[in-house]
Amino acid sequence: MDYIPNIIFAIILFAGIGFFAKNIKKLSRNIKLGKAVDTSDNKSQRWNNMFRIALGQTKMVVRPIPGILHIIVYLGFIIINLEVLEIIIDGLFGTHRIFAFLGGFYSFLIGSFEILALLVIIAVVVFWIRRNLIKLKRFLNPEMSGWPKKDGNLILYIELVLMVLFLTMNASDYQLQQMNVAHYTKAGAFPVSQFIAPLFQEMSVSSIILIERSAWWLHIVGILMFLNYLYYSKHLHILLAFPNTYFGRLRPKGQFDNLEAVTKEVKLMMDPSADPFAAPDENAPIPEKFGASDVMDLKWVQLLNAYTCTECGRCTSECPANQTGKKLSPRKIMMDTRDRLEEVGKNIDTNKGEFVADGKQLLGDYITHEELWACTSCNACVEACPVSIDPLSIIMDMRQYLVMEQSAAPSDLNNMMGNIENNGAPWPFNQMDRLNWSKES
Amino acid sequence: MENELKVPTMAELFAAGQQPEVLFWVGCAGSFDDRAKKITKAFVKILNKANVSFAVLGTEESCTGDPAKRAGNEFLFQMQAVTNIEVLNAYEVKKVVTACPHCFNTLKNEYPGLGGTYEVVHHTQFLKQLLDEGRISMEGGQFKGKRITFHDPCYLGRANNVYEAPRDLIRKLDAELVEMKNCKKRGLCCGAGGAQMFKEPEKGSKDINIERTEQALDIKPEIIAAGCPFCNTMLTDGVKNKEKESSVAVMDIAELIASAEDL
Repeated sequence: MDYIPNIIFAIILFAGIGFFAKNIKKLSRNIKLGKAVDTSDNKSQRWNNMFRIALGQTKMVVRPIPGILHIIVYLGFIIINLEVLEIIIDGLFGTHRIFAFLGGFYSFLIGSFEILALLVIIAVVVFWIRRNLIKLKRFLNPEMSGWPKKDGNLILYIELVLMVLFLTMNASDYQLQQMNVAHYTKAGAFPVSQFIAPLFQEMSVSSIILIERSAWWLHIVGILMFLNYLYYSKHLHILLAFPNTYFGRLRPKGQFDNLEAVTKEVKLMMDPSADPFAAPDENAPIPEKFGASDVMDLKWVQLLNAYTCTECGRCTSECPANQTGKKLSPRKIMMDTRDRLEEVGKNIDTNKGEFVADGKQLLGDYITHEELWACTSCNACVEACPVSIDPLSIIMDMRQYLVMEQSAAPSDLNNMMGNIENNGAPWPFNQMDRLNWSKES
Repeated sequence: MENELKVPTMAELFAAGQQPEVLFWVGCAGSFDDRAKKITKAFVKILNKANVSFAVLGTEESCTGDPAKRAGNEFLFQMQAVTNIEVLNAYEVKKVVTACPHCFNTLKNEYPGLGGTYEVVHHTQFLKQLLDEGRISMEGGQFKGKRITFHDPCYLGRANNVYEAPRDLIRKLDAELVEMKNCKKRGLCCGAGGAQMFKEPEKGSKDINIERTEQALDIKPEIIAAGCPFCNTMLTDGVKNKEKESSVAVMDIAELIASAEDL
């Protein structure tokens, strides 16, 4: 009978981790629906970016208030989760505070966790106020209504509850330690929860043990639930920020990819020895589609970008088009990409591993032409992203599809391109007049 | 002086068996746009004064393809690029300077992958180098104490991390360099990039160039300095829209220097 809690714990733990692993597999499959891209270059630069940007949070503090608050929550979650290791061992083997033997160091650890937990609670409350009371503009864009807003608040509530459970667990434990209850060996330092402990003073030992056990169980179950919530929320960034910054672009932001499929065609056109009347090769592969109209046309790094986006909206608030009231919002580009990718993923799940055309695509059904044409390609969104997401590349890929596959550019742009084609300048001036300026006074 | 611009072409030098130190890529705006042509001439005057051995392609130059590429027409871009690269490689060009950040970015970053690798510098970088080498002096004090703000062109700043060369030059004019709310990495676009220059903006509450001009006017500059012919146009329009053209000038860095040097 004594082993029942251990067995229940093991079942919950493995179910929680197993379910999460299943979703991660799905996530990885969905990302792999994207086109291949070589990211084997510049390993040291990539690691450096990951350490600096993801681990070091360097781009978060560009905006100091949310930046510092975020670092608190980030450190809190990484460091307090060291405690989870002890909880898992205790849970599996029925021990209590197995690392208590570390003595002074253990006290230092538990003490630090408590202070961090308090700071996390403060930060989370400020975050909630920013989202719901101060009504910061970037949390009020149209794409944030409904689920994204609820998702953002839900995450804050879960974090708050987890921290409160952690402190309650410690407070009741501390009270039991003070009362010299068997099993509750004196260990740890409780700089925060010692102020909660007096609440339990009048209670019976069994009640306090009940509170301590409940808080302990709810805390670990809560963590496992939160882990599984990640896949369904915008909060995946806590994991994906690391690979995303690793695989993020290394070249200058102004350097856009040269489409290889086009290069082949252009080379052929410029090749004087190519026979213009040659019969087409019947076995030749169907030429690759130019640009992107759906998620499968994007590169897998762009799809990873979409899952990594935590909808903070720094990109959108820096976007000149969005600032001046245009429909374009780089954050919405990322959210749409993820939503469509999820839809495609579900389609594959229901159709036994095969995507069945559903008459929908990213272009048009999610992202409108109007949004795409409002972009100035200024890279402000790319610069603003704290985790190296590149919304601009998706916009450009979709413009390529619009122009090269559908000839659907705005007519002004068609005129501009016609001019370049005819006279080598975006305006209708004769190329032979290019040096006239040198003769004008 | 006005009529004595020395503008050798690559073809002329090639015929004479000469190779210039640097090719000046004028760009479409610099060749055809009335406002931008003034920048081109100012820059050439400085090149002449500093005895820089340079040449232009003249009628052999063609659009880099930048606006086509940003509009999504990769095909047209690559056709332009490959054609230009053939010309540049035929003249064995090693170094290119241009007063247009869009040409600069495309030549520097996107041509190498198509077979055209050159040392490409923006004219503000080139001028900074001339200054460091003592080939231009910039004495005159015409701009002494004037409030000048620099608008970062997206394709020079964020796209290629060039922020200091233009600012160093403004400081050298003894001017008071003031920064807008959004500057350097967080500089606000003028609204012309990504082929927007050539189309009407989408529906919104304001035009981007007005927003940027307001940011500039907020800090009460006497001169808004630019380093891009398109930004120049957008900001000039913005200043006119705000009816400030009599008190606030929009000038390219090359124009400031040419003016300081009394060219």
